[in-house]
Amino acid sequence: MAILEVKDLEVYYGVIQAIKGISFEVNQGEIIALIGANGAGKTTTLQTITGLIPSKAGKIVYEGQDITKIPGHKLVSMGIAHVPEGRRVFATLSVLQNLKLGAYTRNDKNELEETLQMIYRRFPRLEERKNQMAGTLSGGEQQMLAMGRALMSHPRLIVLDEPSMGLSPIYVNEIFDIIQKINEDGVTVLLVEQNAKKALSIADRAYVLETGSIALSGEASVLMNDDAVKKAYLSE
Amino acid sequence: MSFLSYLINGISLGSIYAIIALGYTMVYGIARMLNFAHGDIIMVGGFVIFTVVSTLSLPPALGILAAVVLCTILGVVIERVAYKPLRGASSLAVLITAIGVSYLLQNVALLIFGSNARQFTSVVNVPGLKLADGALTISGVTMVTIVTCIVIMAALTQFINRTKVGQAMLAVSEDKGAATLMGIDVNRTIAITFAIGSALAAVAGALLCSTYPSLTPYTGSMPGIKAFVAAVFGGIGSIPGAFIGGVLLGVIENLSKAYISSQLSDAIVFSVLIVVLLVRPTGILGKKIMEKV
Repeated sequence: MAILEVKDLEVYYGVIQAIKGISFEVNQGEIIALIGANGAGKTTTLQTITGLIPSKAGKIVYEGQDITKIPGHKLVSMGIAHVPEGRRVFATLSVLQNLKLGAYTRNDKNELEETLQMIYRRFPRLEERKNQMAGTLSGGEQQMLAMGRALMSHPRLIVLDEPSMGLSPIYVNEIFDIIQKINEDGVTVLLVEQNAKKALSIADRAYVLETGSIALSGEASVLMNDDAVKKAYLSE
Repeated sequence: MSFLSYLINGISLGSIYAIIALGYTMVYGIARMLNFAHGDIIMVGGFVIFTVVSTLSLPPALGILAAVVLCTILGVVIERVAYKPLRGASSLAVLITAIGVSYLLQNVALLIFGSNARQFTSVVNVPGLKLADGALTISGVTMVTIVTCIVIMAALTQFINRTKVGQAMLAVSEDKGAATLMGIDVNRTIAITFAIGSALAAVAGALLCSTYPSLTPYTGSMPGIKAFVAAVFGGIGSIPGAFIGGVLLGVIENLSKAYISSQLSDAIVFSVLIVVLLVRPTGILGKKIMEKV
């Protein structure tokens, strides 16, 4: 069953068309990777889904409900969390304040405490540094914080934008492990990555974006062995 | 003794600047705009109290309450009608609009109340304090002003650090997009900020007019500009900065009036600002502007 359906989506920046009528779907429990080069429209697609950018045409359906016109801040309580490109943690606030802001839409204090403990178990380093300013964390720790913050809203769909960007290889592996664990806990994952190899290795299916259109799609394992994909994105 | 008296009166005047500066600094921190109409909200508050207390002969407490409520509504309406449509427009467009709103408020007041100064009856009925065998007198309104400012500062700090709305304000001031992703309604948060700032302006109006009991449509203009200077002085966007900047400005102004020249006091105040900004462009407590890579 599809948790998210994107139908003929078109997005413009002024007169420039960034997304040229793309359609794809994310099924319950899947990890879906959106791969493509710089400027292909991956981030734009995610930002349109989570309501940060308005679409010109097309439809976005989440859990059977049309969310195309719903403002971004209302989607969080509907179960969509977005970990933005560049992490965008609140640098002058503490780790704990950041995590609590992630739970802004939730009101049950006991449940919140449970979620917080769950996140500390998953990211022990966040607990060690809970009183530290987020801006002083390393890139990998900030990525963990951004993911922990998103999980605080208790999402059913998590949208991750370039989680491996700028991280050392050790952190990249750790982050991808965590994404898989989050998924095993029942959270559906929509992942945008330039590191196509890594993304395809954990994804169920993938879509390849090229200048605002979907060029290819299919099972991640099949795409990984596709000659065109290998040549363009896996640098082989 | 007279030095102490000038100092205390300076702190009191500075407390008023600080309360006004809080409105400037919070709105700047969260909406990234300079609301030049903020000073005129003070004047509106003054006229509301004048109308309730002097014209309708109702108790002063009711006048202050009416001023706070009406100014809060006015602030939110101004934001909704004049500034919200400009979200995303160039900051110059917003600045010009704010100046336009300022003139609008002044001229509406001019239309209703005329240009003659009105005698404002003090809303503070606290007896003064005589110290050191009467050598040092502190008036009731001076004490009330200083205490009010401290209470407001403490309450605001608690509000921002302890409540969800306060934390949302911090998030919005840092990154509106990321705040939206947390489920924070950015527009609502900005509206709340305007509401708080305008309510504080009404309080400042009550204290200002009780200290200097002459009310005209331009009453809020100069204190508004000085409070803006105080906010920049302390580091715009910083709440403790607004407090420190306001008090310092009031003290500098009062001491220069007393010891140098009452005509030159404003020039001295603005010169100090220029010097401070030359040495510390972000103000006393201002954050360094981080360049995004």
